[in-house]
Amino acid sequence: MSSIEFRKELFADERDDDLNEVGKPTQRQDILGHVTGRSPFFDDHLFDGLLHLKCVRSSHHHANITSINTSAAETMPGVVRIIKPEDVPVNLNTMLSIIGFGKDDEALLQGRKVAYKGETIVAVVAETELQARNAVKAVQVEYEVLPHVLDVEEALKPEAPVVNATYPNNTFDYHDQYDHQKLRFGDTQKALAGADHIVEGEYQMSPIEQAPTETCGAIAAPETNDRYVCYTSTQALFFSLGISAKLLDTPSGRLHFIGGTVGGGFGGKVDSLHEPLALLGCMLTGKPVKYNFDRAEEMQVGAPRGAERWRIRDGVMNDGRIVAREFTGFFDSGAYTRLSSYAIVKGTGHLPGPYTIPNVSSNVYCVYTNRTPATAMRGFGITGVDFAIETHMDKVAEKVGMNPIELRILNAYRDGDMKAHRRLAKNCALIESCQVAAQKADWAIRPEFAAMSSLRDGGGPRAEIPQTIIDTEGRIGDRKRGAASDTAPSKNGTLSTKAASTIAPVSASQAMGQDVKNIAGKPNLMPGVMPDAPQPSPLPAVQPVAPPAPQSAPPHVPPPAPGPAPAIATPASAPSLYQPLPQSSPPPAPPADSATPPTPEAPTPISPGASPSAATPATEPYRPSEPFSRGTRRPGASPFVSGTRRR
Amino acid sequence: MAKTPVQFTLNGTHRAHFVDGGANLLDVLRREVGDLSPKYGCGQGTCGTCTVLINGEPHLSCLTLAESVEGKSLETTSGMANGPDLHPLQRIFMESFAAQCGYCTPGMLMAAKALLAGNPNPTREEVIEGISGNICRCTGYEPIIDAILQAAVELRSGRVA
Amino acid sequence: MTIHKGRGFACINYPIGMNLGGDPSQALVHSTPDGKFKVALSAIDLGQGMKSVTRQLAAETLGVPVEDVYVDTADSDTGPHDMGSFASRGTHRVGNAVIQASREARGLLLEAAAEELEVNASDLETDGKGNINVKGAPSRSIAVAETAIAAQFKQGRTISGRGIFLIPTSDVDPETGEMTPVSCFAHAAVVVDLQVDDETGEVEVLEINSAYEVGRALNPKMVEQQLIGGAWMGVSHALYETTEPYYPNRDHGPTDFNQYLMPGPGEVVNHNIAVLERPAEDAPYGGKGPGEMCANPLLPGVANAVYNAVGVRVDALPITPEKILRGIQAIGGARPQGMR
Repeated sequence: MSSIEFRKELFADERDDDLNEVGKPTQRQDILGHVTGRSPFFDDHLFDGLLHLKCVRSSHHHANITSINTSAAETMPGVVRIIKPEDVPVNLNTMLSIIGFGKDDEALLQGRKVAYKGETIVAVVAETELQARNAVKAVQVEYEVLPHVLDVEEALKPEAPVVNATYPNNTFDYHDQYDHQKLRFGDTQKALAGADHIVEGEYQMSPIEQAPTETCGAIAAPETNDRYVCYTSTQALFFSLGISAKLLDTPSGRLHFIGGTVGGGFGGKVDSLHEPLALLGCMLTGKPVKYNFDRAEEMQVGAPRGAERWRIRDGVMNDGRIVAREFTGFFDSGAYTRLSSYAIVKGTGHLPGPYTIPNVSSNVYCVYTNRTPATAMRGFGITGVDFAIETHMDKVAEKVGMNPIELRILNAYRDGDMKAHRRLAKNCALIESCQVAAQKADWAIRPEFAAMSSLRDGGGPRAEIPQTIIDTEGRIGDRKRGAASDTAPSKNGTLSTKAASTIAPVSASQAMGQDVKNIAGKPNLMPGVMPDAPQPSPLPAVQPVAPPAPQSAPPHVPPPAPGPAPAIATPASAPSLYQPLPQSSPPPAPPADSATPPTPEAPTPISPGASPSAATPATEPYRPSEPFSRGTRRPGASPFVSGTRRR
Repeated sequence: MAKTPVQFTLNGTHRAHFVDGGANLLDVLRREVGDLSPKYGCGQGTCGTCTVLINGEPHLSCLTLAESVEGKSLETTSGMANGPDLHPLQRIFMESFAAQCGYCTPGMLMAAKALLAGNPNPTREEVIEGISGNICRCTGYEPIIDAILQAAVELRSGRVA
Repeated sequence: MTIHKGRGFACINYPIGMNLGGDPSQALVHSTPDGKFKVALSAIDLGQGMKSVTRQLAAETLGVPVEDVYVDTADSDTGPHDMGSFASRGTHRVGNAVIQASREARGLLLEAAAEELEVNASDLETDGKGNINVKGAPSRSIAVAETAIAAQFKQGRTISGRGIFLIPTSDVDPETGEMTPVSCFAHAAVVVDLQVDDETGEVEVLEINSAYEVGRALNPKMVEQQLIGGAWMGVSHALYETTEPYYPNRDHGPTDFNQYLMPGPGEVVNHNIAVLERPAEDAPYGGKGPGEMCANPLLPGVANAVYNAVGVRVDALPITPEKILRGIQAIGGARPQGMR
């Protein structure tokens, strides 16, 4: 029998536990529907005359389509309509065009070149599912088979076949510059050279099916007022609506999407493959149309959690401190981008895991191969690299002969530490999680490790951004030209002379104003930015390998006066590469020796007694601060979302 | 296409329908009868979400020919409650948080009902066996097993109608 | 044949929400004429409990009983925009939007009550049971229902609120990877005990002991659901699941649940959980999303325990009997690494 306990004594002073409804084991709102079989999943909407849509799919990993012959299928019993690639009004999209990330690279129906086995070519709409399946078999597609590539590192070689014409180097283009996403923090090569031990490992995350018990699907039907209703299993209603509006070149206001009750998703219902095709079928026939995956399609055509390959190289000291960590990662995106390129950015921001390591570098590649495109799944962008990091940590512990839990606690990040993506850690609780798990399992750790805390001994020198070696290797196309072969972070970088950060350290509270600030339990705390008071450290602060900055130099230079940010040529001895932009407040972290800690702004409690004066006067009409621009069109963009980061 | 008449009782009510030759019971229940409680999960007989009771025995309705239920008595989750009163299995599933997305729940309830009808005092292993044809991707099964065992206790104690 | 016991450890943190921001969620809250509240969203409930947790957040913030709140989602005609239920963003993003909308509605509710009671709205408090009281004078009170009726039919006033939560988009530095990824992190640590049969390569997970730090358990039973079910999935990922068993070879891909392996009800593992709650400053009542991160530590936890049991490092998932047996063969027999 499993058990659960709530360790309320931990972090008790950061919470207010006497709330009325929050924290109560209230029954789920939807449970009565679930146990009576009446919860309305997408398929639980009946339409008279419902038509069924099934797809003709590629039987090759990679092939040019030389002809599509549907004449036999068209005359088969029950067949109402055959939908060909040219019937799709705007037959090219990338999922994250909705936020302006990446280039359109995937067709709804592929008519020219298929790039994975199972790629959708033609859709058949028929009166029954069986008739649709039979007609699918009668569609004749002729192929000219092309060489294919299935391994991520094979795909990077100059001679590899081009999987995706939008990205002819078989890698996603990062920042219009590089064929990978970089992370550089400190001088990894120097630190590795000075380490007592080098621990290396390679890890392979498998592709995994989300396997919700309800397969993905949608039913589209004509609605009144020249609109279409779409019942859908999507995990992202407006995502699916926006993608449908774009592919079908129809104003989003004509689309009425209904969902929200979904039989499991786990990431597998984000891709919005069914809604546009069901809607197109409906538009072309004037009848309600259902398109859903059968289980075999769900497993092999529906996008899985992508495979990932990670190599890790650690520099470790005899006492267990990790002084350098280098990653080389390959995300197998399959034939198209979907969400993999974004997951890599997420994964990069996560490195080097929940540890404070003074020298970190990483190259991660989003690689196109001739397999089913990958997509989100529970823990997306993180699960694979966490498998790599934590299996690797076990090897590090073995190498230095340390209890693996103590090794984690020794290296754990703490409040006020600088993370490799150059933002301060706050609200940390890794150490406490390790301690409690060890305790529950009766796995002994030494008293000094049992006494450590996420709240203490962080910050100070650990808050500094080290002098960093950067490089410009791996420019887009270099590998295809044979001008680059090593995929690991460069060994020939130069000291960064970048003057200031170009990345505004935005925060939600800054963007939202006061009212979202400190909506956490106890309002008078600003959890986790700095230790309460300087305390003697039982643990030597991990020092950057690069010459440490003078103790007196604060890690964050005060923002200059408002105005255009000057391009400051920072001398090589500068303590920091990072300066907050004047218009935004940095994640607050004064140096540890600062005499006066910042006064947290008075927060607004929200539990009973919230100030009514903050509310909008009743006479003021509803006026969104920014109009929701449905129906406006920009070429190549989603009809209702303006992308600001389109490259 | 020629249709075949088929008559059966569903949750105690007499039903008569004309079905296509080869139509499966799941489709007929959902599309012709309008009982949406059995769910489509795989169409291959491997997930159990479409489980219904035929003459008290659990069957996978996706693999059952509709014509084959002529003259038989069918039960589905939509008929489990007695008017406004939930069946103990339903109530205990609810109280013990034995459902998350709820998609496998109707099939689980059918499997559990059949199990307890034939074995009012099952061991934990027998409960596991009883639901081993039903897949749940959310819960990790334990809350479901616990709920069925608890319902068995309540049903035996006669606390329920 | 020998059965070898092994114990493994792993710990993780997990970023909450779409990491570069730019992912808004909105909520609308309004009262019916008699003081029941409707929350309109376009968020998706996949079983994680979106409808239920936002209902509790709205009730808490409005100061009314949870039974008087109903969450209506997801209809694109009535539910305002939301990016979707993924990236553990639901509780954090939608929750914050619901709180903001509920606060606005609460303000208007108290103003309507103030007019009826002829006091200042700032002197009023809700009792969470459906009443609005004058602070320090509980006898001066008006029911939420009565207030709503007065607002609607007498005062001509709406009791409604709008909410949006957006973390603005962060850019990423091409050379250093500097970015502002997320605003809060959940944490977990697990100890996995298992045994490995060195003849068949089969692994049986015996027990999991874990600590999960979730910010705040907004609904402890739903947190428990996620952690138990998520850890089950983590074990399943570690030992069984893949769409391409011989990746990168595409052959042998499973097409049904007989081929795609997952643990069934017979493989339930006892899991002893401790929940830690360190509220995040920008999260709804401090709550972070536990739904995704709960699976992550189990993958390396199982791998490390297998190594401890038989001395084989399986660095490529899933850890199948075949890989374990090949590993045992390669080192000339199982090499248990010692009890922990």
